[in-house]
Amino acid sequence: MISKLFKFHGGVHPPEHKLESTTGAIRPLPLGSPLVLPLRQHVGNLPKIRVQAGDRVLKGRLLAEAEGNISAAVHAPTSGTVVSIDEQLIPHPSGLPDVCITLQPDGEDAWLERKPVDWRRTDRRVLIASLRESGIVGMGGAAFPTQIKLRPSGEPGIKVLIINGAECEPYITCDDLLMRERADQIVKGIEVAQYLLGAERCIVGIEDNKPQAAEAMRAACSRSVIKIEVAVVPTLYPSGDARRLIHLLTHIEVPSDKRSTDVGVQVFNVATVVAVYRYFEFGEPALSRIVTVTGNVRHPGNFEVPLGTSVAKLLEAAGGALSDTNDLIMGGPMMGFSLPSSQVPVTKATNCIIAGAPKLFPALPPALPCIRCARCAEACPVSLQPQELYWFAKSDNFEKARDYQLFDCIECGCCSYVCPSHIPLVQYYRYAKSEIIALDRAKQAADLARERNEFRLARIEREKQERAAKHAQKTAGTKAETAGDEAKKAAIAAALERAKAQKAEVVPQNTESLAPAVQAEIAEIDARRGEALAEPEKAAQEKQES
Amino acid sequence: MLTAILVMAGLALALGVVLGYAALKFKVEGDPLVDKIDAILPQTQCGQCGYPGCKPYATAIAKGEADINQCPPGGEAGMRALADLLGVEPKPLNAEHGLPKPKSVAVIDESLCIGCTLCIQACPVDAILGAAKHMHTVIASECTGCELCVAPCPVDCIDMVPIPEKVDNWKWRYPVFSLKQVA
Repeated sequence: MISKLFKFHGGVHPPEHKLESTTGAIRPLPLGSPLVLPLRQHVGNLPKIRVQAGDRVLKGRLLAEAEGNISAAVHAPTSGTVVSIDEQLIPHPSGLPDVCITLQPDGEDAWLERKPVDWRRTDRRVLIASLRESGIVGMGGAAFPTQIKLRPSGEPGIKVLIINGAECEPYITCDDLLMRERADQIVKGIEVAQYLLGAERCIVGIEDNKPQAAEAMRAACSRSVIKIEVAVVPTLYPSGDARRLIHLLTHIEVPSDKRSTDVGVQVFNVATVVAVYRYFEFGEPALSRIVTVTGNVRHPGNFEVPLGTSVAKLLEAAGGALSDTNDLIMGGPMMGFSLPSSQVPVTKATNCIIAGAPKLFPALPPALPCIRCARCAEACPVSLQPQELYWFAKSDNFEKARDYQLFDCIECGCCSYVCPSHIPLVQYYRYAKSEIIALDRAKQAADLARERNEFRLARIEREKQERAAKHAQKTAGTKAETAGDEAKKAAIAAALERAKAQKAEVVPQNTESLAPAVQAEIAEIDARRGEALAEPEKAAQEKQES
Repeated sequence: MLTAILVMAGLALALGVVLGYAALKFKVEGDPLVDKIDAILPQTQCGQCGYPGCKPYATAIAKGEADINQCPPGGEAGMRALADLLGVEPKPLNAEHGLPKPKSVAVIDESLCIGCTLCIQACPVDAILGAAKHMHTVIASECTGCELCVAPCPVDCIDMVPIPEKVDNWKWRYPVFSLKQVA
């Protein structure tokens, strides 16, 4: 038993409605209809598909592989045939379709060869690296890949390991039932997590509205080889939020810009540690989870559901939704969202399905103006100023909203719950958050475009200069060529000169050694030629004179 | 009297030296206002404002040659941000320069592309990949949707496709209350 608890600010006490679904044990859900496995079941990158339509797969076969740092694998929850890989509706507040792998079970449920690991005798790093293939994500609803949480980047290491069994949200009882029925597996899982993190202290936090679960956990922890404390915390929504629970149990306030690992604390949901234990001990990846089906159904309860099972099938197993059901909520009534259809599949993050009806959740009257009563500020577990955030979000004053730490808001809904004017405050915050995220993305894209445009202009300028330089070089080359020509011409001229001079010097020699008769004949011919040449000149002269 | 004049002159000289030194030491390269305006502009580089890119438009605004309502991709919000920065009254977007459209990306119909490289030369952010007589393609993540590649294409094989709403770019809506008919 833990000695002291440290209350956090705010919080509310909504009606619990937990008894409805805790009357029976966890029931397995039979296989049968096609399983639809969305690739997007976790926070982070989409995994890479490793099968094709038509492939026959065994249970536990990897269908999609983790891609990038933050990502999680998807496995076949049973043996069967991959029917199609296409876009289908997924459980997401947008109600938009996304890529899913559809698996038609063959009913044999035949396992792929499983490879259990003796985790106590294996190096931590090897174990954590192998978790990347497990597909295990946080089962409390956040769906953050577990292998990242087991790899604390910053030193000093983890001192306190907190196991979250608070389950503070109304209606949800899947962790309660898990603790009641499988406390031993949870304790084994805590031992694995403690070994992987090297934590000095392990605390299980359970709200005091689950005495049976706390009793079961206490009994199981006393049988453990390591010391595990079980802390029963007062029921106050949202004590199950990781940072609230850390504060409650250790009085450590995690700074807003840091993670809990930076202050030496790590938090896991009870179902997550069970999944980690089963992965190492039996070689079972994340294939199923426990889901609470409650609200306006005939027989509310908890079911062990293969991932990909449709919500409609789950409701059927709970006796069917009553006729006045007008809404299906995934998650709890405070933080959950309405499903677009009953055909969407159960994913790793689906902890609860509530069939809504006007008698359970009466429609809120239209919102009235804010009267600045500040009850939201009193209820806010993060000590924000919800009324200020509301003004900023409503007037699209996003920078101001960011300054008022909008992104520390955990969207728990306490402010909306206490608001006497029924203002849907959380909806405004969600709107403002997604707008800010979109604006930031647009800004990043604009910066990239500016950089690329500047680079392009610089490149064009550079090419222009290079062309100019090339041109200048070419012109200089032609000039050099012309200069060469002149030299050549000069050489030719000089050669001609030389030839001329030679010609002038050379006297024909072939008339010197002739016989005197021939000499006389030549002289006579020359004289005749001289006369003949002189005669026309004379004639021309006479002509001119006449 | 003389002392007073000397003191004032000495002070003026000393301060002048300090100011002169500061002017050299802390000299700001370029016009900071242009950069501030450029940071607000969406960097589509589409030229709809009548200037050959966002930076020239920013320079023109800073010089007072251009108005703040000539940028359709920046939309109403961009115009308001400019008005805020420059301390002028916001004014409606000038329809002469076009109207805001949903953000799109260029898509080349690769079966029609003849590999003429004209679109590559037109793209202000080098988002089109290809070579002469080889098929071209648009790098969607780099495309600003400026439409400058559409006009030069001789075979008209480039389409502007609006970016569809997907799970990863979906946004929560502004809370609205549906009106109910009571009578």
